[in-house]
Amino acid sequence: MIGIEHYLTVGAILFVLGVLGIFLNRKNVIVILMAVELILLAVNINLVAFSAFLNDLAGQVFAMLVLTVAAAEAAIGLAILVIYFRTRGSIAVDDINRMKG
Amino acid sequence: MIQAIAFYFFAAIVVASAVMVIWSRNPVHSVLWLILAFFNAAGLMVLLGAEFIAMLLVIVYVGAVAVLFLFVVMMLDIDFAAMRAGFSRNAPLGLAIAGILLAELLLAVGAYNAGGLTLGTPDGTAVQAADATNIEALGALLYGRYIVLFEIAGIILLVAMIGAIVLTFQPPKPGARARQDVGKQISRRPEEATVMKSPPVGQGVEL
Repeated sequence: MIGIEHYLTVGAILFVLGVLGIFLNRKNVIVILMAVELILLAVNINLVAFSAFLNDLAGQVFAMLVLTVAAAEAAIGLAILVIYFRTRGSIAVDDINRMKG
Repeated sequence: MIQAIAFYFFAAIVVASAVMVIWSRNPVHSVLWLILAFFNAAGLMVLLGAEFIAMLLVIVYVGAVAVLFLFVVMMLDIDFAAMRAGFSRNAPLGLAIAGILLAELLLAVGAYNAGGLTLGTPDGTAVQAADATNIEALGALLYGRYIVLFEIAGIILLVAMIGAIVLTFQPPKPGARARQDVGKQISRRPEEATVMKSPPVGQGVEL
């Protein structure tokens, strides 16, 4: 029988893969954004799993909000990427050190 | 039984395609693997009885976000082979942190399974009624109790849309390119725009 722990395990593995993707592709902003999408997908799986197993729909409402924020984040992130590429001709993260922050 | 088979099928494909998203050399392939991961995550959510979230994943992620990623990847002219230079250098640290994180998360799941840990019980105000479909119950909740959250989500999307347009908008440079001049187009006559030529065979037209 499939219980909540199975879904939580899948969510945990997806989350860790997202974090690993950020570490492995430290230069490629596009893959980093995709890894963030994976992390948000893991969060969604957790929210929906708890919502289903506790029989409380609030979790699914929050999953929709996470989806909204993920879509907004992808749009803004890719827009920043496009204007950065337009001015510098590169999207390597290592080059983004102009402000010496 | 069939539920277990379907769960392991979807879960295995989700995890495998997530590995391929971060592992593949070509970002276009990464986006395509991401689409596969979202499709199978939608399958997992159908198994949980959350059909609306599943359809939302397919429509919003596969239909909008993944296509946006694909569009940007193909629009930018980047040497992606050079971007993987630090891949093996970062791998040990990344794998160590990922291993620790996964161990911690699975420990938490194990602790939850061991019992003695209550997450609290829902107050019963958001229970899906037995005779209501998922989307009906979700709609009643979203347009009732969570209306403020719903409107905030709309404002977030509006701000994201305006922000993306403002960031990427390039005002046309004055005189950079001829704009359409309707009067000039209309006043153009066939006599001054076309000429009749009858070139000799094998010599071509002299313009």
